Amino acid sequence: MPENAPPLLAITGLTKRYATGDLALNEVSLAVPPGQVMALIGPSGAGKSTLIRCVNRLVEPTSGQVVLDGAELTTLGRAALRRARRRMGMIFQEYALVERLTVMENVLSGRLGYTGFWASWFRRFPRRDVEEAFRLLARVGLAHMADKRADALSGGQRQRVGIVRALMQDPALLLVDEPTASLDPKTSRQIMRLIVELCEERGLAAIINIHDVALAQEFARRIVGLRAGRIVFDGTPETLDAAALTAIYGEEDWSRTIRRIEAEDSVAEPVA
Amino acid sequence: MSATAFDAAAAARAWRPPPLISSPLLRYAVYLGALAYVVLGVATVEVNWARAAEGMGRAAGFLGGFFPPDFVSKGDDIFEGLMESLTMTVVSTALGIALSIPVALGASRNLAPLPIYLFCRGIIAVSRTFQEIIIAIVFVAMVGFGPLAGMLTLTFATVGFMAKLLAEDIEDIERAQAEAVRATGAGWFSWIAWSVLPQVKPRLIGLSAYRLDINFRESAVLGLVGAGGIGDTLNTAFDRYEFDTAAAVLLIIIAIVLVCEYTSGWIRRKVQ
Repeated sequence: MPENAPPLLAITGLTKRYATGDLALNEVSLAVPPGQVMALIGPSGAGKSTLIRCVNRLVEPTSGQVVLDGAELTTLGRAALRRARRRMGMIFQEYALVERLTVMENVLSGRLGYTGFWASWFRRFPRRDVEEAFRLLARVGLAHMADKRADALSGGQRQRVGIVRALMQDPALLLVDEPTASLDPKTSRQIMRLIVELCEERGLAAIINIHDVALAQEFARRIVGLRAGRIVFDGTPETLDAAALTAIYGEEDWSRTIRRIEAEDSVAEPVA
Repeated sequence: MSATAFDAAAAARAWRPPPLISSPLLRYAVYLGALAYVVLGVATVEVNWARAAEGMGRAAGFLGGFFPPDFVSKGDDIFEGLMESLTMTVVSTALGIALSIPVALGASRNLAPLPIYLFCRGIIAVSRTFQEIIIAIVFVAMVGFGPLAGMLTLTFATVGFMAKLLAEDIEDIERAQAEAVRATGAGWFSWIAWSVLPQVKPRLIGLSAYRLDINFRESAVLGLVGAGGIGDTLNTAFDRYEFDTAAAVLLIIIAIVLVCEYTSGWIRRKVQ
């Protein structure tokens, strides 16, 4: 469904200059079709976090357009922005669960955009929301943890709660900020696999900021490389070679990082 | 290399902890000045030993008047003053906390825009500048003698105390948790209730218990300027030379303060 389908998210000429004068994003343009899981890689400070935060306007972009499902987001007023944010689930680096709330409360907080203040104050969420919450918690294997406080969970469990919270919003797009940065290698792979599976099940598009190039190559169908606020690579995982990595991260011996891909290439093309 | 070899042992022998004031001249000038001040200060205090000795006898008679404490003959007055004090304490604490929460939110730089921040910090500054007695005198002049003036005084003082300490805690919340709840599309009130409140709740409860304790102690003092409560009873007892009744009142105040202090300490330990 890629190229000819109208993009779910279209970013055009997006620029962000912080008050300190740092230019975090420089005329970034990017289109994400529905259902595409895209990895955003790049060195620290390249603007990855800023880019996804400019999409849901946790960070206000300086200029440029962000169009989600045909609606321009950068000019929305407060109430309209809140409604638009419901369609963009966000998953965070350090999980960002509200630690003193229970797992279930954290999950239900994903419905705050749909729930009135007093209903949420008294935790009176619609029955189907609570049902959906239990279904999703069961899907990630945490239904028995519903009434545990979030700070009693392990890192991998917390991140799964974070994922469920994002899914509760009934989003069309997931904005994922370094989901594995504080997890061990095995849990990291489980979390990435879970995110990708859930995106497939629900037809969600995702932008995943990630440091780990190997994980990005394994789980994303498209990789975009950001360097100093500009897109310097955009292609499939197979085309991410030493030259591309040098363009993104700078000069380094990449032979071990990309060995896996070249090994696959040599199997595919024995003549070369 | 060996010509310039570093002699650590010699350096260690020569090393002295750096003095607080590095210039020796200034250092000894400060020491001498402080000594001269103490000598002169002690020399200028005029003690009339004869009069002090005379006072000793009077003090013994005065303290002797305390025994045995008389709880009975003015029992009704004591009970009435006590109830007045307790009512004043509870009402002013509840009202003060309710009023202090919006002020605390406004006085948190991470939540409020600058004009609101300055306004709320202004309220806190005014409330904290004046000692309760001074505020009580003003309120007694405004609304007349009695517990209303005391109640208003304690409410006013509670707002400054609670708002300042609560605002400090709000400014220390974890931004990621607040950001995550905002990203769900929650409205402002829901955002406060679901991301800020859970983080500051233990502090809010602890401070409330502590303030209840302070307000009771203050309510005993406020009677001295005519603002009602057990302090009024105490003042009247002294004016009438009913030292045995005064002793009873003092014992009751001590008992209640001990109970309050123990209870509020227990509550604060529980919520941490």
